[in-house]
Amino acid sequence: MTEPTLTVRFFARLREELDTDSLTLPANDGQTVEDLLTQLASRGGRWAQLKGDQPVMVAVNQAMAKPATVVKAGDEVAFFPPVTGG
Amino acid sequence: MISVQTGDFDTGAEYAALRASGSGTGAIATFTGLVRDSGDLSGVTGLFLEHYPGMTEAVIQGLIDEASRRWDVRDARVIHRVGRLALSDQIVFVGVCSAHRGDAFAACSFIMDALKTSAPFWKKEMTSDGEHWVEQKASDRERTQAWSSD
Repeated sequence: MTEPTLTVRFFARLREELDTDSLTLPANDGQTVEDLLTQLASRGGRWAQLKGDQPVMVAVNQAMAKPATVVKAGDEVAFFPPVTGG
Repeated sequence: MISVQTGDFDTGAEYAALRASGSGTGAIATFTGLVRDSGDLSGVTGLFLEHYPGMTEAVIQGLIDEASRRWDVRDARVIHRVGRLALSDQIVFVGVCSAHRGDAFAACSFIMDALKTSAPFWKKEMTSDGEHWVEQKASDRERTQAWSSD
């Protein structure tokens, strides 16, 4: 049986500084956005900024989400800095 | 109509499309944003714009829908460019037509203000000294928040 996974995407400054467009991670029951951030930040180095002073925005399945939002297998989770278009 | 594109746009053609929205239209308000030579940094030589395909269009559609609930909006057109842009290049176009000017001005201004703080675009400034991702401004957040207290 294939292990359930979710996709994590990064944009703009985070994408450049982490040198990562997207990741596939195992999906665990009841996992929240906050859990994902903690897991990724524990990689250390530049990844620690995900739990640092600078604000990190999150979208789940292309809608804005919060740290407490629960994520599940097949979800697309995106982390990015505050937006600056227009 | 919503378009996120690398190429330039023709404001005359956009105006003509808004004007064709029907005989109930009595007012058209448009906004065009350009690349300026100073932002977070001075001596800006150009911009790079990144976006989140799919989510960007959905967020902008949500803003047009909200504007249409709050004001008389006969038609709205939003264009935002991405990729590399030079000084004075057009970045963004918002055009709204309504029966009356008050609604056209308000809806156009609301869509533009809310786009800046909610649509997933990111600007990077290019200068002769290097590159810099633009920081979101408190003044932009305040402009968006002001619309929720109306």
